[in-house]
Formats: sequence, C-alpha cells, structure tokens
Amino acid sequence: MSPLLEIRDLRTAFPGARVGRGRGEPVHVVDGISFDLDRGEVLALVGESGSGKSITALSALRLVPKPGRVVAGEVRLDGKNLLELSVGEMRRIRGKRIAMIFQEPMTALNPVLRVGDQVVEAIQLHETVARADARARTRALFAEVGIPDPEERLDAYPHQLSGGLKQRVMIAMALSTRPELLIADEPTTALDVTMQAQILRLLRDLQRERRMAILLITHDLGIVNELADRIAVMYAGRLVELASRSDLLTNPLHPYARGLLAAIPALATPGTRLHEIPGVVPSASRWPTGCRFAPRCSERFEPCTVQDPVETTRPNGRRVYCHAVAEGRR
Amino acid sequence: MTGVEPYMFSNLGTLLLLAGIGFTARVVRRNRLWREAATSLWRRRRLALCVLGVYFAIALLDSVAWKGGVPVDAVGVLPNAPYSIVDRIFLGTVEASYSAPFASVEFYGGSSLRNPGTHPLGTDIIGRDVLYMALKGARVALLIGGLTSLIAIPLALLFGVGAGYFGGRFDDFVFFLISTLASMPGFLLLIALIMAMGRGTLSVCVALGVTSWVGFCRLSRAETLKLRELDYVRAARVLGVSEPGIIFRHILPNLAHLIVITFVLMFSGLVLSEAVLSWLGIGVDGSWGQMIDGARDELSREPIVWWNIAAAGTALFTLILSVNAVGDAVRDVLDPRTQGDAP
Repeated sequence: MSPLLEIRDLRTAFPGARVGRGRGEPVHVVDGISFDLDRGEVLALVGESGSGKSITALSALRLVPKPGRVVAGEVRLDGKNLLELSVGEMRRIRGKRIAMIFQEPMTALNPVLRVGDQVVEAIQLHETVARADARARTRALFAEVGIPDPEERLDAYPHQLSGGLKQRVMIAMALSTRPELLIADEPTTALDVTMQAQILRLLRDLQRERRMAILLITHDLGIVNELADRIAVMYAGRLVELASRSDLLTNPLHPYARGLLAAIPALATPGTRLHEIPGVVPSASRWPTGCRFAPRCSERFEPCTVQDPVETTRPNGRRVYCHAVAEGRR
Repeated sequence: MTGVEPYMFSNLGTLLLLAGIGFTARVVRRNRLWREAATSLWRRRRLALCVLGVYFAIALLDSVAWKGGVPVDAVGVLPNAPYSIVDRIFLGTVEASYSAPFASVEFYGGSSLRNPGTHPLGTDIIGRDVLYMALKGARVALLIGGLTSLIAIPLALLFGVGAGYFGGRFDDFVFFLISTLASMPGFLLLIALIMAMGRGTLSVCVALGVTSWVGFCRLSRAETLKLRELDYVRAARVLGVSEPGIIFRHILPNLAHLIVITFVLMFSGLVLSEAVLSWLGIGVDGSWGQMIDGARDELSREPIVWWNIAAAGTALFTLILSVNAVGDAVRDVLDPRTQGDAP
C-alpha cells in the first residue's frame, strides 16, 4: 500500500526582487524536498526559522502565500497528486482529509463568532449533518480534547477563553471531520511550558486513538522527542537528514543535525557555554553552491562548497545528505 | 381609489425601516458583545440619544401619510392630497405674511393674524408656520443622511473589501477610481452630478453617495488587507471555506464596528453638505438648508426677521451636535484601538 502522503522533489519559489525593469531570479524557498508519511505516523519537520518547513506544509495544502507558488514536484495523498486537482476538489480535501493547526491560538479563532459555532460550521462545511447533530458532535469533541464544561464553552467567544483552551478548540476544529493527516505548525510555541506538555500529551493520545498521521513542524527538539516517530531535518530549503527518532536523537549523522542537538539547553551541564552553530542561515536569495551548510560546517572538505551533497541511504530508510557521510568519513 | 402613488412608497419604506430597526435590535440584544456596546453607549450619551430619538420620532410622524379627513374649508388645504400626522397638526395655520413668535398681529403692516398667538416660532414671508417647517426638515435630514450612507457604505465595502481581499488587477482598478475621484474638485463633481441627474431627494443622495465613499473604501481596504493575513482567515482557508464564505463570515463581521462608526460620523457630514447644496440652490425641498437659504435676505430687513433662520439653524445644529456626540461615543465603545476587545 502506498504511503498516505508522498512528497516528491517539491520546489516552491517566490519571484525574485525587482531588478531594474525585470525581476531577479526566482527564490526557491523549498528546493527539492522528498519524504513519505505513512498512516498513523508522526513525522517531525525540524529546522531553524527560514529553513522552509512551514512553506513545505503550505505547499502540500496548496496554500503558499502569494506571490509564491509550487514550481515543481508532486504531493500525493493516497497516490493522487494534489497539485493537479481543481480548486474545488482541493477545497474538499482541505479540512476534510488534511487539517491544520496553527502556532498562534490567540488569533486563530474568529473573534466575533462563538467557538462552538465555528466548529459546527467546520463540520457542516464537509458533511451534511443537522445543526443539532453537529452541535452534539462538537460537544463530544470538546470533551475529548479536554475542555472543561464543554456545553458552556460552546457558547463562549474566543476572548473569554485562555490560550490553552483556544488551542484545544483549534484542535477540536481540526479533528472535527476526522482528517487522515494533521499538519501541526508549531502547535505549542505560544503556550507556557505546562500547557505545552498537556497539549502534546493530548495530541499524542488523539493521534493514537484515531490512527491519524501528523506532520509536526517545529524547531523545538523537546516536542519532537515527545511525539515524533521519524524526524526530517531541514536546512536552507533542503532536507539534510531523515531518520527515526531514536537514530537521530542518539546518533545524528549530519553535522547540522549534530549541531542542533548539541544546542539543546537541557542537555548542557550548568556553567558550560551552550553550544552554538557559528554563522546564520543564509538568505534564500543567496543559497551557497554545493552543500548549503558548508560555510558553517566544521567538517567541510573540498567537494562540499562545489558539489551538491549526494544522498546516502541506510538500510532502515535513513537518508543523509552529506559528502562526509557519503565518503564514509563518519 | 386611484393607482399607486408616491406617498404609498413612503409609507411602505417607513414600515420596512421599522422592521429593519426591530431586526437590528434583536440581533444586538442576542449578541452579548453588541448588547454590552449598546448599554455602554446609552450610559455615556443618554441626552444625545434622547435628542436623536425625538428627531427620529418627528421624522416618523411625518413619514406616514394618508388622504382624507382634512378640513376642506381651511386656507391652503388641498382636499385630495395625502397629509402626514405632522401636516395635520399644522393644517390651516397659514397666515398672509410674517408673524413674530406668539404675536397677534402681522409683523409688517400690523393687521391682525388669522391664528393670533399660535405660532411659537412665527411664520415666514408667505405665512407658513416656522415650527412646522423646522419639524418637516427632520425627515429630510434623516433621509439624506440615511439614504446616502446606504449608498456610500455598500459601495465603499464592495470596492474596499474586494480590492483588499483579491488584490491584483481589481485593486489597481479601485485605486485608479479612487485617485480619479480624488483629482476632481469634490464639490464641483457633486454639483455636476446633481445637474446631470436633475434635482430631487434621490439624485442628491446618489450624488452625495458617489462622492463620499472614497474615505471608507480606503479604510475597509486597509482593514481587509490586515484581516486577510490573520490566522483565523488562514485557518478558514485550511478548513476549505470558499472565498465568499471567508468574506461574508470572517471579513465582514470583523469590519462591523468600522461600518457603524463610519455610518455615524458620515451622517452629520452629509446633512451639512446638503445644507451647503441648498444654499447653492440645488438641495432637497423642505430641508433646513433651504430654510436657511430662504431666510438669508430677510436678515437685511428692518426690523430684522430672525426667527426663521434661528429655527432652522438650531434644528440643524442640535441634530449635528447629537450625532457627533453619539459618534464619538460609538467610536470609544467599538474601536478596538481605544478599548481592550473588538466586538
């Protein structure tokens, strides 16, 4: 059986800056990403800000903000290429089969509508159900995502709820149509630590109960450890390493992945300087040639700054894009 | 009975208006945020709201008209014309010439009046009761403010929200329209439009509407640009909501407070514009502007005839003051920038 979501060589570009009368080269923010996501699997897309992880997810939904657009590649859901669907067909897939939750629960709910009505409308958008039934389902969903007094909260306005409750409403809304794939774009970044833990546990429980796949976008490796089955590390619009959680967290192969792990504060001993990766992510309009991480890499050698790194595949499906790994230096 | 006549439309319009107000009141009462805003508004501007209520009541009494039941023998009464309630109160009070307030003899000439002592605000040059004319002006003023807003605000929303939401070509087109309008002297355009359409309440309202939508259009465009990028609009898109669904369910309701604020603030400006048009001789019949225009020359008489212009001026001033006072309060209550939560 084919995987639920297949992304093949996805490239998303924004038109370049105006140069004189014309435009400069288009900027490839996502530049040739491929990965699979199985049913019921949690794949974490990890990377620094600007590495293209959110744009990858939005490309899959065909909601790249204008004027950007997907210029090449395939996004297959159950073998069907989403990039070839009509606008109407795509709209029926959004929300119904692929749902998404956002980073900022404070602004992700319409302030002038009752939260219950917003979920009811989400249900009625994709299914023909009576309002009363949709409302009953919403109440059950609210209870399921751990909202106390669900009946009362149905009639609350967003500003009457705390950030954690709003995020739970968002999750309820995303789950209301029983999607097969949930894209979670930094779902806990805006919440405090205790609330983060609760929401993560909730997501994990719901994912297990419903056998739902999650594409988790985050820069927080702590969250990754809680939830993910596999981890894809992105850097500068490309994948650098894709491995199972245990492989990546215990034995990262790519120098960038190692740098990321070393930079987690919790793992450092007190008093020592926190590890940092020197330099910054290059701007998308000036990707370096060769391996994009090469300028910041402590292990670079001749081919790194000239040639694109080749893919090294390990038997368990682990993929690394690094010259050093390819040549067996590591 | 003859066929359909204009006064019947006016009666029907009044009925629809009352139904609309009833419906709005119901919506406001059922939505907690709007209800709180309304209560807060009432607490802040009790007097101004009462004054507006009086004006509105007078306009209503002047809007419902029917035929028959009039004393045919009275001076200046047409037996087969429709008369409103306000008309009927003042029926047959026409004098031959000027009367000062509460006078028993004519102001010029000194012969006794037909209705001595019954003109609290006097009469004008052809003997019409000034109080009656001032009361009649209320309906005209509210009609101009209301009808024009009803033309200008939807126009502004159509172009503003469309330009902000869809961007691209449509945005360019709207901006072309806005800058074209802005490059013409507003008042000349207004006069030209009225001249082209002919005088009358409707054409004055249309002309005022067409020349006054630009400001709110810019505002709603900018606001839509902002709302379009907000997470709940993006979330709606991810949920598969259609474009019209997003505009009507997520953009427009979040512009509602701006619509209310704009309506109230626009209103007073429009009523004043009409007064200026009347002064130029192209206003609406029966407006305060026309009364003021007519009373202009009488200020140079000796002894001076002042009650005419004073009545119209006071009526206009009080209405504008109340509307502006309420407008300020509406802004305070609804504008998210001056308060914690947007409704």
